[in-house]
Amino acid sequence: MPVYNEKVMEHFMSPRNVGEIENADGVGEVGNPVCGDMMTFYIKVNDNHISDVKYKTFGCGAAIAVSSMVSEMAMGKTLEEAKKITPALVAKELKGLPKNKYHCSNLGAQALNKAIDNYLKKQGKAAKSQKGGKK
Amino acid sequence: MREVYLDYVATTPVLPEVLEAMLPYFRDAYGNVQSLHDWGDKAREAVEEARGKVADLIGGEAEEIIFTASGTESNNSAIKGLAMAQQSKGKHIVVSAIEHFSVLHSAKTLEKLGFEVTEVPVDKHGIVDPDKVARSLRKDTVLVSITHANNEVGTIEPIKEIAGVVKESGAIFHTDAVATAGTIPIDVRGLGVDALSLAGNQFYGPKGAGALWLKKGVRIIPFLDGGVQEEGRRAGTEDVPAIVGLGKAAELAKTGMGARAKHLSTLRDRLIAELPNRIEHVTVTGHPTRRLPGHASFCVEFIEGEAMLMLLNSQGIAVSSGSACTSRALKASHVLIAMGIPHEIAQGSLLFSFGLDSTVGDVDYVLETMPPIVDKLRQMSPLYAKFLKEQKGGKK
Repeated sequence: MPVYNEKVMEHFMSPRNVGEIENADGVGEVGNPVCGDMMTFYIKVNDNHISDVKYKTFGCGAAIAVSSMVSEMAMGKTLEEAKKITPALVAKELKGLPKNKYHCSNLGAQALNKAIDNYLKKQGKAAKSQKGGKK
Repeated sequence: MREVYLDYVATTPVLPEVLEAMLPYFRDAYGNVQSLHDWGDKAREAVEEARGKVADLIGGEAEEIIFTASGTESNNSAIKGLAMAQQSKGKHIVVSAIEHFSVLHSAKTLEKLGFEVTEVPVDKHGIVDPDKVARSLRKDTVLVSITHANNEVGTIEPIKEIAGVVKESGAIFHTDAVATAGTIPIDVRGLGVDALSLAGNQFYGPKGAGALWLKKGVRIIPFLDGGVQEEGRRAGTEDVPAIVGLGKAAELAKTGMGARAKHLSTLRDRLIAELPNRIEHVTVTGHPTRRLPGHASFCVEFIEGEAMLMLLNSQGIAVSSGSACTSRALKASHVLIAMGIPHEIAQGSLLFSFGLDSTVGDVDYVLETMPPIVDKLRQMSPLYAKFLKEQKGGKK
């Protein structure tokens, strides 16, 4: 379908890293079915690196392709590097998205970011409770 | 790969007989209808013959047909032109919540010009209740426009009953029959309407060919001003080949209607009966019996329509969806929402529309192809995962 370019179609037809991670280190959920798109990202963190990333997506072709692309871009990155994945970068890696689908790339980057924040928050809490334990 | 076009509601192909009828008016009889020489005569005769055929299709008189360039133009002309012509009597108009955008947006334009618009709601099947129309009528209501059938859910409205209540009020009654004209029998006098829109590309005529039937004596402000074409009601050089094609398509639709409807409803009924058996959590949208013969619409839960549409396309099947992602505005179908279908379910809407070339084999191909596609998308869906977890939790 000419609405999407080949790269987007390829990710849509064979999305990478689909699924959930049990006992994920970080989970980020964005969107809602009312607006038409919803994504949940799961990450596993090892030594400050994203050692695994999976997602579940409810949405259109672009939303699915974006999720797949974000998962590929994040895999193996340090948390700092992964946080630098912006909607514009995702769209660029996909060689462009139709104008009215740019919000999908926002959602993908946001969901990953949320998952990282969720991990950092948990870490903070864990560190605090460890400190508390030492007292 | 098998190619299965099931999007006849978007447009039908042009029948070979229709194309044949059109061709001479590009090549040989290319005159302008308004010219006074032989070339003009030939074109004029063809246009008048077509006018008669289109009138015959809906039980109208030839001089009551105004040719337009689309169903959208017919609707725009009717809503704006009829309301404007009546505005000394009042500035209130009534439409249903499930009108095509060419009606709804025309009404919005009138609102900006000082008219008031009341939207009549529909029930869960998409039916407009004549009593509700009656309650919406005011002393200053000058125009009511209710679609004959909605093309997204295929529900056929009780136009005759609605016309009855509108007539008592003295308002003009227009119906958008783009989805029905050429597909189900229409008799404008029996229905009791004052104006009716139709479009050729819904019944195997060319695109760019529409008509507005306007009852004798009903005043309209022309949508296009200019020359004397169409008795001064629609200026612009007549598109002779398109009009000839529309006429031929109308003639064929009239003679073939019964057999066509029988064929289409067989396919429709098979898909509506079988698809919910093959896939869980699929609901049929629209009315169980009052629906267009070739029209089968569904909501598939937990997934989104555009993704389904694209995967079906990759298997050679062409369909429509009313999901937010297939609309420019990224909003779920106003029709499904008006019927009370929750947003997340409306996102999974899918519409199969059959045509003359469709076969039982096409239905069976859909029935084979759909389940793995739905399964693939559900495996990816966070909503489905939540549903499964809740179901497990509930069973404990």
